Amino acid sequence: MIGGRRLRIERRPNASGWVVFAVSVGAIIVSLIAIGVFFRGFGVSPLQAYRELLRGALGSRLGITETIRRSIPLLAIGVGLTVAFRALFWNIGAEGQLLIGAIAGTGIALYSGLPGWMLIPAMFVGGFAGGAVWGTIPAALKVRLGINDVITTLMMNYVAIYLVDWLIHGPWKGPTMRGFAYTDRFPAAAILPKLTGTRIHWPTLAIGLTAALLIYVLVRHTRMGFEIRVAGENPEAARYSGISQMKVTLLAMALSGGLAGIAGVGEVAGVHQMLLGPGQVSLGYGYTAIIVAWLARRNPLAVILTAFLFGVIMRGGDVIKVSLGLPFQLVNVFNGVILFFLIGSEVLIRYRLRLQAVEGG
Amino acid sequence: MGWESWVITTFSRTLAYGTPLLLATMGEIYAERSGVLNLGVEGMMILGAYSAFSVAYTTGNAWLGILVAAGVGGAFSMIHAFASITLRANQVVSGLALTMLGLGLAGVLGRGWEGYPLMRPLSKVTVPVLERIPIIGPIFFRGQNLLVYVAIGLSVLLWFVLFRTQIGVRIRAVGEDPATADSLGVSVARVRYACVFVGGVLAGVAGGYLSVAYRPAWTEGMTAGMGWIVIALTIFAFWNPLLGMLGAYFFAALYHLSFRLQTWVAPELLKAMPYALAILVLVVVSRGTLQKRMGAPAALTLPYTRGEE
Repeated sequence: MIGGRRLRIERRPNASGWVVFAVSVGAIIVSLIAIGVFFRGFGVSPLQAYRELLRGALGSRLGITETIRRSIPLLAIGVGLTVAFRALFWNIGAEGQLLIGAIAGTGIALYSGLPGWMLIPAMFVGGFAGGAVWGTIPAALKVRLGINDVITTLMMNYVAIYLVDWLIHGPWKGPTMRGFAYTDRFPAAAILPKLTGTRIHWPTLAIGLTAALLIYVLVRHTRMGFEIRVAGENPEAARYSGISQMKVTLLAMALSGGLAGIAGVGEVAGVHQMLLGPGQVSLGYGYTAIIVAWLARRNPLAVILTAFLFGVIMRGGDVIKVSLGLPFQLVNVFNGVILFFLIGSEVLIRYRLRLQAVEGG
Repeated sequence: MGWESWVITTFSRTLAYGTPLLLATMGEIYAERSGVLNLGVEGMMILGAYSAFSVAYTTGNAWLGILVAAGVGGAFSMIHAFASITLRANQVVSGLALTMLGLGLAGVLGRGWEGYPLMRPLSKVTVPVLERIPIIGPIFFRGQNLLVYVAIGLSVLLWFVLFRTQIGVRIRAVGEDPATADSLGVSVARVRYACVFVGGVLAGVAGGYLSVAYRPAWTEGMTAGMGWIVIALTIFAFWNPLLGMLGAYFFAALYHLSFRLQTWVAPELLKAMPYALAILVLVVVSRGTLQKRMGAPAALTLPYTRGEE
């Protein structure tokens, strides 16, 4: 072959923000096409399904506000997860940390006896603390004993689920709930205010947005953030420069677990106004938020956008569940497929194809 | 209840519950030995459970159900293999995606299959003569499922293949030091694909066992986190199929015994027990000095490309 050309795959030195953005958008579009094939299999026209989904999520005032309501926990959890993932800690336990936050919030709302004006701040602080404790246990186990973080965080989800189950069937079962497995309704002072005419509990939203900003600053512009980044990207270098793996991991997981706990308080105090079944408190927010954080490429500010996107999918999924008669589990199919195309597409960020002239023969 | 029947029930239940754990754990051991962590076990199991049940229900043939579950599990695992081996995607995230997708698909497809008991589940076997041995007989040879024996035989076989044959040497080489294995002419990608496939097949069969043998019915989410316990057992077993057998039965026994506490402890808290136990077991194991000597395969979760790293 003389003077020919061939395709070569080579490492892309440093992908620009635009490449990352374009590849991510492309991955989502391709996933939606793939899921469309799945709709077809169910005898539903994909175009109709997506039209319904978008109309349900964004086509009306109610749709948009409900989309935002679902984005609130995704935002809080997703922002926290960016820190955990930066420290290379696989926190798959946000679902459990959310539930522990919900438990802590409920305990304070119903049993603390605090004066009314103190209730809501105390619930958020308690929820953060609860989630942080639930998150730092696996962190300590990983750093001290080398126990796999994926497993411990996951197992603790199940423990949290049954803890909620036990509380609402046993000690906290509400005497006024006529035998239903709920706690009593929260006192009015423990219920979060909402934007007029919507179910958007704005204090949780405000905390989520503030956290996104603060964590962005923390990671980019502080010594602590620098240590988290080094520990995650190059543990070896971190060790030599005297960065404490323990301190970094515990801090990252306290933030991540704590923010998930905040999301839990938001759900019980803002939406349900009581503690109820674990599957009702969280619609899998802890798992979906993993994709939210990953899609945001671990950038807390980008989480604001990706959380909203998945709010659209969750709300839209809810709507087509009713209008097209598809089961809610469909949202899991969305999550799985999008996540696959997302990580599959990363090959395009790390590598590029190049036409290369081949010299002589 | 006399002590004798207490022992018999405990151990025979342990065998029955430990079998799906053992099957899936062996599969995960193979995948991880070759260097691929597959967190999709839960998803592969639930799809196996759904497909086995739907096939067994419509054809009336439970074994056909198991066979299809094996195929479905194997095929489904190839998504993870492609993402993590060919595309070099992050294995943790890819495995999670597989589990989400599996739970989602099984939930969507399985709607409408719930609440129908399977008329002809996998038949139970009783071994003549042997069943009359006191205590041992009723535990091992009376009314157990054929898959219980298959799982035991398989773990011996898979141990032998892994540690006593050329194939096993290749698998372990690819998981420990892929560059050297590659330079010796072993196809790293092919070995990894094959091991992930074995893992998928066994997870599928484990799921099928649940829905056509253990509790012959389909319920959404019926694997209930078993796939995650399998991941823990793989570590607990130090990536060794024989120790995997020990771990699976030990865990199943603890699980079964915890339900005997029902008089004292609320049922919801008992349900949390297996998960708390799994963490506890890992804590205990990690304290042993064994860990350093028999740790994870060195190249676990690391993608391989010739000439890099």
